[in-house]
Amino acid sequence: MAEVKEYWRWKEYNWKNPDINWQDAAVITAGIDVGSVSSQAVIMCDGELYAFSNMRTGSDSPNSALNAINWAMADTGLTQKNIHFTVGTGYGRVNVPFADRAITEIACHARGANYMYGPTVRTILDMGGQDCKAIHCNEKGKVISFIMNDKCAAGTGRGMEVFANLLGVSIEEVGERSLQVDEEPGPVSSTCVVFAKTEATGLLRSGWSTEKVLAAYCSAMAHRVVSLLERIGMEEDFAITGGIAKNVGVVSRLEKELGVKALKTRHDTQIAGAIGGALFAKALVEKGKK
Amino acid sequence: MITAGIDVGNKITKALILKDGEILSRAQTPSGFVQKKAARDAFAEALKLAGLREADVAYTMATGAGRNEVTFAQGRITEVGAAARGAIKLYPEARTVIDVGAEEGRALKMDEAGKVIDFAINEKCAAGAGSFVESMSRALEVSLEEMGPLSLKAEKAVPMNAQCAVFAESEVVSLIHARIPKADIAKSIHKAMASRISSMVRRVGLQKEMVMLGGVARNEGFVQALEEDLELKLLIPADYPEYISALGAALAAAEKAGVK
Amino acid sequence: MIANYGYKDGSGDFFISIDTDKCIACEDKPCLEACPIKILEKFADDYDDEVVGVKEEHRKKIKYSCAECKPASGERNLACQKVCQPGAIEHSW
Ligand code: SF4
Ligand code: SF4
Repeated sequence: MAEVKEYWRWKEYNWKNPDINWQDAAVITAGIDVGSVSSQAVIMCDGELYAFSNMRTGSDSPNSALNAINWAMADTGLTQKNIHFTVGTGYGRVNVPFADRAITEIACHARGANYMYGPTVRTILDMGGQDCKAIHCNEKGKVISFIMNDKCAAGTGRGMEVFANLLGVSIEEVGERSLQVDEEPGPVSSTCVVFAKTEATGLLRSGWSTEKVLAAYCSAMAHRVVSLLERIGMEEDFAITGGIAKNVGVVSRLEKELGVKALKTRHDTQIAGAIGGALFAKALVEKGKK
Repeated sequence: MITAGIDVGNKITKALILKDGEILSRAQTPSGFVQKKAARDAFAEALKLAGLREADVAYTMATGAGRNEVTFAQGRITEVGAAARGAIKLYPEARTVIDVGAEEGRALKMDEAGKVIDFAINEKCAAGAGSFVESMSRALEVSLEEMGPLSLKAEKAVPMNAQCAVFAESEVVSLIHARIPKADIAKSIHKAMASRISSMVRRVGLQKEMVMLGGVARNEGFVQALEEDLELKLLIPADYPEYISALGAALAAAEKAGVK
Repeated sequence: MIANYGYKDGSGDFFISIDTDKCIACEDKPCLEACPIKILEKFADDYDDEVVGVKEEHRKKIKYSCAECKPASGERNLACQKVCQPGAIEHSW
């Protein structure tokens, strides 16, 4: 049994908006999203994205949260004292000691997506390393309905990783290689990752190529996610965030099955939750919550 | 009269030869990817052990997930039907049967004649079947056979949060890192699975006596955890718990052949 | 908001959905007490509304938690749903 590996390899980095001077801002807020794999801190000046960081989550959440905010503030001259309100979100949200309030990742994600993709976005699918969520929101980014699945590995990055390991394909290549088939096979019939593994072994033995098995798995994953979306009421515009957004094998099949194209954004999709947190923080300041 | 029962499970195929209510022989083989062949092989082996030829068998009944693959069988019976028949034959007082195999868990309630009244199934999720313990034993680096005895040595159990075989593997790894004794981890694994099986039993109603069958009944660590959860003692055909459905199929075959 | 608590796994879909817009208006929240194993709880949601949701520790095993209210056959007795006047609670299975 291998160590718990993180699903998508990505670089830790930080970013600062050169067009904004925080000294001019009336309200400075922060959103910290502590996930099981990565943590993000976002700083917003009057509701505009000013700076952020994206890092790995360490073994203890309070530290990860602190590291993330410090790195987002690096070279800005900002200190935590200048931040009027901080919202913690994500799986480790209750472990952000310096946050003024914790808000669920569902609400934050919807608000963040509204900022990143614009007010036309109505359905957001977030596929992370260990969970999958679908959110239906209104033009203000308020959640109308949501569904979350963090019980079952099928349909998460983790399930894909198990499959990639089984087939000896690196996780970044899964999507591309799954498209290298002459004919699209039917989806793997077992949902359960454990049973799907057995099924895949049988398929390989009966002569299927690795690519064909990958195609069958990506299509099973897409199908599974579609059924989750149907439960909350799929409405356009549609956006995908999280690690799977980078897997063309799943995304293209998903778009095909839904008959819609996912919106693109110039922002890093991983910071949606933290952006939402910072926006919630701003609204709370304006409501006089602090 | 001689009859045969063949139980094609997801993992193992079992064959049993019955003569006038007495078991003559039993044999098993991995189901593999060609279940039809597995059924043939197990049947041939059982015949050999009994010193019989196929022509001596009056009726062959197939059961299990792959029963439709057994084209040479004259009849087919559902898993619940077969399990109930086999269980009532061994334990006439039994009213509830818990059958946990590699990929499925089942609970059924029956009347005194072995007629099934109600049943609940856990399927298609490895967390509710024998595969769960198997995956966990790999994470613990302990053989599947050792899981039971190891678990009996536990001093306490720790709660397990993951409800998925895949996520539970990572949880087991972190428990090992936290230096929790392996025996305690094994117990926790069995407890977690027992609570899933027991809730299924509760759906059919807690009715005594209860029999447990299927390959997982060999795992005494799991049996202990389930008995603790249900707060009662289970009846277990310890020598061959995985053959009871094949036995039930062979009994059903005898009934069929009798009226033919 | 329709909040879906529960999960989907290989064996099926197991969600309790709560229509929080209906739930807000309900003063007594009798479902909390009605549930024999107390899997529901009251809390202020992200929009500061007092609503009911499924407790965290039951969300990944709701099929098992609710087993007793859902016998394999015979009458289902979903206590939570029965006492909910505004009809805010739905079960997917
Ligand atoms: S279906 Fe398989 S992958 Fe999903 S929860 Fe069950 S064991 Fe895990
Ligand atoms: S179905 Fe029963 S156990 Fe489940 S929430 Fe409702 S009252 Fe509680």
